[in-house]
Amino acid sequence: MSTFVKPYGDTRDDGKVQLSFTLPVEWSEAADEAARQLVAKMGFSEVAVAEGRRIATGFSFFVVYASTPAAVDLDGIAAPQTKTQTMSMDEIDAFVRENVGRKIRIAGACIGTDAHTVGIDAILNMKGYKGDYGLERYKEFETFNLGSQVSVEDLARFVKDERIDAVLASQVVTQKGSDVTNFTALAEILEAEGIRENVLLIAGGPRVTNLLATELGYDAGFGRGTLPSDVATFVAQRMADRVLA
Amino acid sequence: MELRIDSGIVADARRLSREIAAPVSTFIAAHSTVAVERSVLRLLGVDGVCADDAPVPNRVLERLGPGRLSGGAARPIGALVAETGRTPDDVASALAEGTLDASLADGVPEAAARGALERYVRAAIARIDGRREERERILQRLPQGRSPLLYVIVASGNIYEDRTAAVAAAEAGAQIIAVIRSTGQSLLDYVPFGATTEGFGGTYATQENFRIMREALDAVSERLGRYVMLTNYASGLCMPEIATMAALERLDMLLNDSMYGILFRDINMKRTFVDQHFSRMLNARAGIIINTGEDNYLTTADAVDQAPAVLASQFINEAFAHAAGMDDAKIGLGDAYEIDPALEDGFLLAIAQARLARQCFPNAPLKYMPPTKHMTGDVFKGHLIDAMFNLTSVMTDQTIHLCGMMTEAIHTPFLGDRVLSLDNATYVMNTARHFGDEIEFKRDGIVERRANAVLHDARALLERVREMGLMTAIERKTFADVKRSPDGGRGFEGVFERAPSYWNPFADALEPQTAGAA
Repeated sequence: MSTFVKPYGDTRDDGKVQLSFTLPVEWSEAADEAARQLVAKMGFSEVAVAEGRRIATGFSFFVVYASTPAAVDLDGIAAPQTKTQTMSMDEIDAFVRENVGRKIRIAGACIGTDAHTVGIDAILNMKGYKGDYGLERYKEFETFNLGSQVSVEDLARFVKDERIDAVLASQVVTQKGSDVTNFTALAEILEAEGIRENVLLIAGGPRVTNLLATELGYDAGFGRGTLPSDVATFVAQRMADRVLA
Repeated sequence: MELRIDSGIVADARRLSREIAAPVSTFIAAHSTVAVERSVLRLLGVDGVCADDAPVPNRVLERLGPGRLSGGAARPIGALVAETGRTPDDVASALAEGTLDASLADGVPEAAARGALERYVRAAIARIDGRREERERILQRLPQGRSPLLYVIVASGNIYEDRTAAVAAAEAGAQIIAVIRSTGQSLLDYVPFGATTEGFGGTYATQENFRIMREALDAVSERLGRYVMLTNYASGLCMPEIATMAALERLDMLLNDSMYGILFRDINMKRTFVDQHFSRMLNARAGIIINTGEDNYLTTADAVDQAPAVLASQFINEAFAHAAGMDDAKIGLGDAYEIDPALEDGFLLAIAQARLARQCFPNAPLKYMPPTKHMTGDVFKGHLIDAMFNLTSVMTDQTIHLCGMMTEAIHTPFLGDRVLSLDNATYVMNTARHFGDEIEFKRDGIVERRANAVLHDARALLERVREMGLMTAIERKTFADVKRSPDGGRGFEGVFERAPSYWNPFADALEPQTAGAA
């Protein structure tokens, strides 16, 4: 069985959509026509340039309505990979209180020679990132930001001495594979110290993927676009799993 | 539309803030920081980077060592200038490269060292004055237009793309352009060098980037017949160095807050207090308008609850700016339209806060920040919230208006987003231009009651802070629910006590007569 759907303007299956975009050209009648043809080339029909105007020297702005012939079969859509549903800060704090029963101790650092604290600060600093509060703000996290250029030895010692639950290791610089080298060194030293099993080990950085991180023996990896609450949710849920286990 | 507020409480708040700032000023007068000393070097003409990319000012401080530094960087540099007959820039480069030994400075008499720098100090002050006068002359010829001044941000990471975006925004009505810095620059204890084309969520603040943008905006200002201002960020660990570069490159505004770095970036409080003072003395001389960061209280906590903290912080920022010799006309105190759009009468509360600030600080170029926290992927609703923000700004007579972006929650603004935002502000402010003059507040209505309650609570907060002392208050989570210790946080290692022989020729030249008095 198939259930095809198209955008709905005012009649079923009319396929109506609205688009707006800027073209790097001076406005003219020809620019309007360029916008129309562009949208037609995207595969739309009944293209109407509702608005086209100059917005700056060499730039024009357009609002376009059009119909799409495309439709999708709802029944043919596989449920997407279930990414952990991110919770809000208040939800996470409540979740930790209920399921972990104590504050979670988190340490973050830019390891090796990397001085780019952009990522780790976006995740840890009170201010957070894109309006999403950093982990310092969570009531149920005790957060330690060790800053930049932290040696893996110092980090491992800190984890042991401070009984850290979750370690966030950040690498922005990736020249000559320095990120992989540093991440690996950290995993190895935690293993050698016999504390790897006690902690959640998390890698972060613009080039980090979950796949890379798990290959390196990490519990998770967070890349570009990660919000503090994404990391917080992961830490809270894994900690709760550990308490249950 | 005047709010009936108790002017006695306003006077109390101002007095309390002076009393809060005074002991901190005493501390400031007895200390310096590596960033202040690097600024002294930059003002003397020291610039450039070493072979390993370390900025020369940073390397020079390492070469001088803490012993010599406690007397200020100027004295040993002056001594070396006297001894070698070379310029400060030359001796600094030689020190940095290791071809000149700092110990050569040690035997030189004090008077010779000071005398050798005299003309460089005079030249630096003259250059700052020249840039200020240049701005004043251009503004006579090309007035920037009426307020609220429309302020937009560019943030591509590439200074050349930023330039294109800035010129387009100016043409679309922007009166002020801010170049957002790369995330994390505030935590770098050095200033990057040269033109930059890569950044994270923003573009590095460098002196060359400042120059590139100022040049482009000067050109578009001439073409449009109105002066377009340029803004950057004197916050973080290099606050005074950025202020120095901004003064030299004729930036017009700088984000600069006396407490933001402490609370929201975990920068050491002593470092911040000393750095902000020197920065603001430079800003005062350069005629640069500062923008304070009270909006941050609202984005990290509930805007309705934080209203008294915003007002209290405005008073404290004003007190510190006055202590650095700044005029009211250059103190752009901050606030933001961050009340939850779902809250009934939230618009009324926003008006109360914005108008209250206007009446407490009648001569300040108030900086009004747009909604960010409650913006979502629904750009249509976002555009509407921005319109209400625009209305609040024009009716309560705000001065610096950071235009809200309907795509706030989605991406750094597209060129077209900025234009739609400017169109929104231009339309609302034009159609409602004199609305504020035409209406009166209902006596003891929602707006007046709210304004008076906020004022009352702000005074109470300032009383508590005065009693504890500002540093202790910050240690006890009085602001933004953040706890910071006096000796904790970033950059503390860069704070040092001034030796009895300490000499900073620029502080001597710029220090207002009344500041620093115990």
